[in-house]
Amino acid sequence: MPIWSWFGIKSGIATPPEGSENHGQEGVLGLPRLDAAKCTAAQDRCSDCAAACPADAITVPPGQPAALDYARCVGCQLCTEVCPSGAFSLSHDWALGVRDRADLQTNGATRELETALTAELAAFGRSLHIRHVDAGSCNGCESELQALLNPFYNLHRLGIFFTPSPRFADLLLVTGPVTAAMREPLLRTWEAMPQPRWVMALGTCATGGGTNGGGYACHDGLEGLLPVDVWLPGCPPNPAAIIEALLMLLGRRPQIVHGGRHGS
Amino acid sequence: MMRHCEIRKLEPSELPQAADALLSALGDTPSAHGRMQFAYASALPDGTLQVSYLLSQGAGKPYGLWRVKPDDGRLPSLANKLPLLGWYEREMMDLYGLQFEGHPEPYPLVLHEGFAPDAPPMLAPFDRQGKTLSGHAMPPTVPSIIGEDIQRLPFGPVRADVVESAQFLFFYIGEGILHYHPRLFYKHRAMEARFQKADLRTGSVLAERVSGIDSVSHALAYAQAVEAALGWRAPRRARYLRVILSELERLYNHLHYLGHLSKTTTLKVAEAEGLLLEEKLKQINAILTGSRFLRGLVVPGGLRRDLDVSKLAAGLDALEREIDLYMERLETTASYLDRLQTTGVLPRQVAFDEGATGPVERASGLDRDLRRDHPYAGYGRLNFTVSVQSAGDAHARALVRMDEIRQSRQLIRLALGCLEPGPVLRTEAVETPDPDGEGLGWAEGVRGGLLYAVHLDDARTRLARVKIKEPSFSNWRVFPFTVQDSNMMDYAINEASFGLSVAGVDR
Repeated sequence: MPIWSWFGIKSGIATPPEGSENHGQEGVLGLPRLDAAKCTAAQDRCSDCAAACPADAITVPPGQPAALDYARCVGCQLCTEVCPSGAFSLSHDWALGVRDRADLQTNGATRELETALTAELAAFGRSLHIRHVDAGSCNGCESELQALLNPFYNLHRLGIFFTPSPRFADLLLVTGPVTAAMREPLLRTWEAMPQPRWVMALGTCATGGGTNGGGYACHDGLEGLLPVDVWLPGCPPNPAAIIEALLMLLGRRPQIVHGGRHGS
Repeated sequence: MMRHCEIRKLEPSELPQAADALLSALGDTPSAHGRMQFAYASALPDGTLQVSYLLSQGAGKPYGLWRVKPDDGRLPSLANKLPLLGWYEREMMDLYGLQFEGHPEPYPLVLHEGFAPDAPPMLAPFDRQGKTLSGHAMPPTVPSIIGEDIQRLPFGPVRADVVESAQFLFFYIGEGILHYHPRLFYKHRAMEARFQKADLRTGSVLAERVSGIDSVSHALAYAQAVEAALGWRAPRRARYLRVILSELERLYNHLHYLGHLSKTTTLKVAEAEGLLLEEKLKQINAILTGSRFLRGLVVPGGLRRDLDVSKLAAGLDALEREIDLYMERLETTASYLDRLQTTGVLPRQVAFDEGATGPVERASGLDRDLRRDHPYAGYGRLNFTVSVQSAGDAHARALVRMDEIRQSRQLIRLALGCLEPGPVLRTEAVETPDPDGEGLGWAEGVRGGLLYAVHLDDARTRLARVKIKEPSFSNWRVFPFTVQDSNMMDYAINEASFGLSVAGVDR
């Protein structure tokens, strides 16, 4: 019979060291970039991107260039294929967590949000307990959340844990567009959490409905249902993107996306 | 009418006879091949409904398709003769308002008790802006179980760990489970309705989002159904790349399965190793395709873009020994084997009657695999062995998957050898298009046989009706038969050994 502990120790540490460039996402495509300056819609009324988008993430207001809402984008990249002017391009932008949903929109109203952590959140120091609720995902998000616990990401090393009971949870992490049948269990889970408490919308279904929101069976994500503190679109967001967003909530990483643009 | 299908038009009153004839043709022992597959409703151009029953008639033979027009919204139920139809009939009751007379369990399935809609939702065109169903959760309909010492445990829909939402109801005495009822469909997202009026490319995006960990199988079955309807045929290079993508999907899922099974048998290191191997496969997927879930490639006509496979073989070779040693260690761990052997036995006859598919049916002695029996993509020219076990227990289900890991690697190697430079997308008819714009497509997914029945609109550019026969829908129906009369301690192991997706069954 194999001595598993010995094999475990022998195989060494699988987690890249803190501060390493190796985030494990080589090649992973993120959500597309929109360079509105290149968009010719204002001149030629092109709206190929909006017509191709299966998630209603792109709008072309009359006389204006195309506008993109990352909160609704599922990263299918169809816009990058149909855009004749090169305004939409493939990218590796996946660290897309934001505190204000408007920051996911290229034409979103820029608001001065309080960037300093509340005293309450700061009091949690470096530890966070998460209650995850699947409110109707395709299970892609669950697959990546489960990956956080594999030895490569080893979420525990960051002082972040999943907890079975909402009574012990600081953060409610929601996936899926919120189906009719999951609405009540979701809200009851939130009510069972002690205050202070935070909410994270994870994946495009939860941030804006994506392709799977709406209709008789689904809501359009968490907007209007729960007070969301962090929005992380992606279909699904990869484990490194989830870690970035969790650390952003804890004030240990900066927000990278502003006004629908990745980077400073 | 649908390519690959032999159609038979039936009157409602002829249905029971047809079912009897099918049963007697099978004889006393379950045939390895012929079987009812699924049933679905669709609207005809004049607005009336028709119900289609799809049968497999054996390896290499065309599918059988019965078509019936309900009589004033009513049909005789076949669930007593062909039990696996029970859930399909209930789904049509909920979503199309059809009545199946004599159904042994005429209760809501997809739309829970307490969420009854004003009108059956699939009778109206899908409206994304439409009103979301509302209601108050009511308990599911279960048999009346009365006894002094019987405990009732509703577990979920919000459960421990990062898992998909579903509720499990246990009625038990001490450790012994008297009755088990999984309440699914908390995650029903009306996925089939979303395909209505979508264009063909959007259909691929939707198919990939039915069950994320089965993205390739869904996109492939969908794409092949559309190709069958339009008379398209994907170019040779695309067909072999589709094999590679399908087998990469099987590899990362099966490694996850072994890691999860190790977790339920409390092997911490084996859990970590299995999940780390899954992660390494997902990273290989990303380098190859840009997506850890291999999304955004398979579309009707082929692939959206070509792939650079030059690094793939080396990446897989580097993991081969690690994976083999891992599986070898599991198979020599007594505590692990003790928990799996004789746990959750699924008899062959039950597996057949209730519609088990994929590794689950193959672990119960049913030798069926769409890759071999109805070859698609490049499988017809690739040599591989279908893994079959006879014990039907949790260990047999794990053994089948372990052997499939080896076969998948072999298939990828063979497919790589068949790749020649060439186009990967061809969106024009090379065969006569189906006159009715209908097509059937299938794939042997990670979890079993997955079929898409696609009806196109008159212009043949948009989708009118898409029915998904999901392998987890089949296996979730079978699973409770292995739980009744077992014990609570074995439950998690047994569930893990089935490798089920909830998003897939709920759709």
